[in-house]
Amino acid sequence: MAAHFARLRSQVELALAGRVAAPFTYRDRNFAEHVSTGISEIDLLAGGLPRGAMTEIFGPDCSGRTSLLFSALSMRTAHLEACALIDGCDAFDPHSAEAAGVDLKQLLWVRCKNIQQTLRATDLLLQSGGFGFIALDLSDVSREVVRHVPLDAWFRFRRAVEDTQTILVVLEQESNAKTCASLVLHLEGEPGRWATSSQAREISGNTLSQLLRGFDVRAEVLRSRVQPVVRTTFRDGLAAASFSGRSGNFETHAPWNYSIGARSELKPK
Amino acid sequence: MVQAVVSSEPELRGCAVALVDGIPPLCVVVALNEAARVTGIQLGMSESQAEEFSGVEIRRRSAARERALHAALLDVGWSVSPRIENTSPDTIILDIAGLRSLFGAEENIASELMKRAVALGLSTHVAVAENLETALHAARGFSGITLIPAGEEATCLGRLPVHALNPSIEIQETLARWGIRTCAELAALPVLQLSERLGQDGVLLRELACGARVRSLVLAEPGICFVEEMELEEAVEDLEPLSFLLGRLLDQLCARLQARSLAAAAIHLRFDLGDFFGKEVQVQNEKSTEEIPPKIYEQVLSLPVAMRDSKTLLKLMRLQLQANPPHASILKITLAAEPALARAAQGGLFRPTIPDPEKLELTVARLASLVGDANIGSPELVDSHRPGNFRMGRFVPAREETQVRRKKRGGAADRGERNNSEENAEPQFRQTAIAFRIFRPEWPAKVDLRESCPAYIVFRGMRGNITTASGPWRTSGDWWREDGWQQDEWDVNVRLDFSGARNKQSLYANARDGLYRIYYDALRQSWFVRGRYD
Repeated sequence: MAAHFARLRSQVELALAGRVAAPFTYRDRNFAEHVSTGISEIDLLAGGLPRGAMTEIFGPDCSGRTSLLFSALSMRTAHLEACALIDGCDAFDPHSAEAAGVDLKQLLWVRCKNIQQTLRATDLLLQSGGFGFIALDLSDVSREVVRHVPLDAWFRFRRAVEDTQTILVVLEQESNAKTCASLVLHLEGEPGRWATSSQAREISGNTLSQLLRGFDVRAEVLRSRVQPVVRTTFRDGLAAASFSGRSGNFETHAPWNYSIGARSELKPK
Repeated sequence: MVQAVVSSEPELRGCAVALVDGIPPLCVVVALNEAARVTGIQLGMSESQAEEFSGVEIRRRSAARERALHAALLDVGWSVSPRIENTSPDTIILDIAGLRSLFGAEENIASELMKRAVALGLSTHVAVAENLETALHAARGFSGITLIPAGEEATCLGRLPVHALNPSIEIQETLARWGIRTCAELAALPVLQLSERLGQDGVLLRELACGARVRSLVLAEPGICFVEEMELEEAVEDLEPLSFLLGRLLDQLCARLQARSLAAAAIHLRFDLGDFFGKEVQVQNEKSTEEIPPKIYEQVLSLPVAMRDSKTLLKLMRLQLQANPPHASILKITLAAEPALARAAQGGLFRPTIPDPEKLELTVARLASLVGDANIGSPELVDSHRPGNFRMGRFVPAREETQVRRKKRGGAADRGERNNSEENAEPQFRQTAIAFRIFRPEWPAKVDLRESCPAYIVFRGMRGNITTASGPWRTSGDWWREDGWQQDEWDVNVRLDFSGARNKQSLYANARDGLYRIYYDALRQSWFVRGRYD
């Protein structure tokens, strides 16, 4: 029997020679380089974003998905990596991204009109190679439409980024990529934080009854199939940890709270 | 002349080819190759006579191709030596003094010249001599590479027939009557008697035959004109055959650029058009009987980085033609390259990943054909207070030679990870900025006010109480233009009420409390939802 298996094995290896180097050698895909999202809480929670893998970030409206995306984009563009955003609903706001620190010159923005265009554009960008970060924004595409995206598309995306330095991030209302996503983050937004009139006066110099300060986000790691191989990018205590099932919070802040925003130049009625 | 045609139709290599020129039906044979000569065709024959010889390809003379081929020949010369003479359409003379350190011996220089000429589709003969007239006649008389050592000019040229020196018809006939057939026989004639019978022309001819004629090189001005033209005998209407022809021209253009160590920063494409397609003419007639579309079709393929890969350029050109096809058949194609220094970049193992420029340009072109030119690029903020104002620029990611630290405005300046080499450094975190998503176009809304503050809102089939509102932030501008604006913006927290929703499975059936930015447009006197904080 053993001789039979050995002969069969050698025949398979012979048939795949030139195409697959070692078909019976176990290839460990559980380790990948991770990069920071720019949000310390998320980095502690999930270990950052894995390169060469797909990350799925989902949640309802106003759950902080775009804030997390902009934070990650600002980190990658600050490293002069070429980034691309495939905008499924043409909802990207360059002003907001600039305020979040995104270097717009390093960003290729593709404004799509329907899901077919979005998927085709993603295929083209993944195949062209060389991008450090590719974001597929399906946040405002209806759940029914995204549910009907064939599973082979997600597999194709995963295969396209494998063994590359590209980070593929997908933003949705609910998780659809199943096992194709190496990291799945679920976000939930808390009610907005509003400044009182006295705080508003301090911030903007104007007398207001209220001023939006931001909102809190609760993040949960639903799936994490990869572990970071380096921990120098992150703060202490990340190595070889299992991230699945962990949750935490982070805060978003309106830009006029910490920088000179357009609002502070305006006069309220 | 024959080479010009053969270079544009490589399948004619090795065939008997005769070129005709003139006004039909009075076209006569003006040039032919050796294979055609063997069949019996002679110069001056009419086209109908030439057509009776089987196995001979008859083509029309192409002045455009001859010009392009001559330019290619000059490029070959300039790629080796900066000092060349533009002697005639089929001949150039190079000064190769001082090139030993670059190419080696004269034989190597000659080989290099032939190699470069072959790369451009030229079949050449090269001769090297101390005397430029000797080199000229040896190149015209002998095939392949001819090296003439100093002092052996007369011996080498002696084997050539007299007509290789290009004498006048009268002198040629006189010499034939004398029985003088070769240069050696001509060189043996006494100078004085020759002068008495043939005059100074005879003396000059004898000097040439001896290889003793000396003159200076007339230097040609180096040109940087890279134009390839092709006149089509039959008009082309479809993209596929057009791509085939464009590919040939681009191959030639890129080879010429490569010979000069240059690349193309832009390609100007020009078609001379023939008859307009019937459908288009009908449409034109419906619109206006007086409007006549131009007979020239022009496009410019601008490239973010100089490139000379003909395959990439052809793909880009195809995409551009698919987006803007010509509306008539094509009679003549002209391609002109704007030369620029080729990109020289040193990659690095530890540098961030950047798309290959040629590949990126191709991807962007494909995406542009998918989503439209206006929907792809790098967003640029406009110096204006108009809400949501921006423009799309060309996406040119920073490369290693331009990777300079750019100063960021406002809060972005303090962002962590600024250096190139800090990937391994611990990032510095700061507050996460709240992101905003825009609705394009904005959503119309109905808003109820309470004490001048929004209190209740209805939009896109949703309704809800506004629990908190911040504003109004009043902006206005461009009042002198038709598209001026005057708006009162509010940031609002909406507690959506789904109790009356008819279709809870709709897109927004699961929406919860949300932070929105709404505004009152004073000019349209309506409320709109600009976007959502996310």
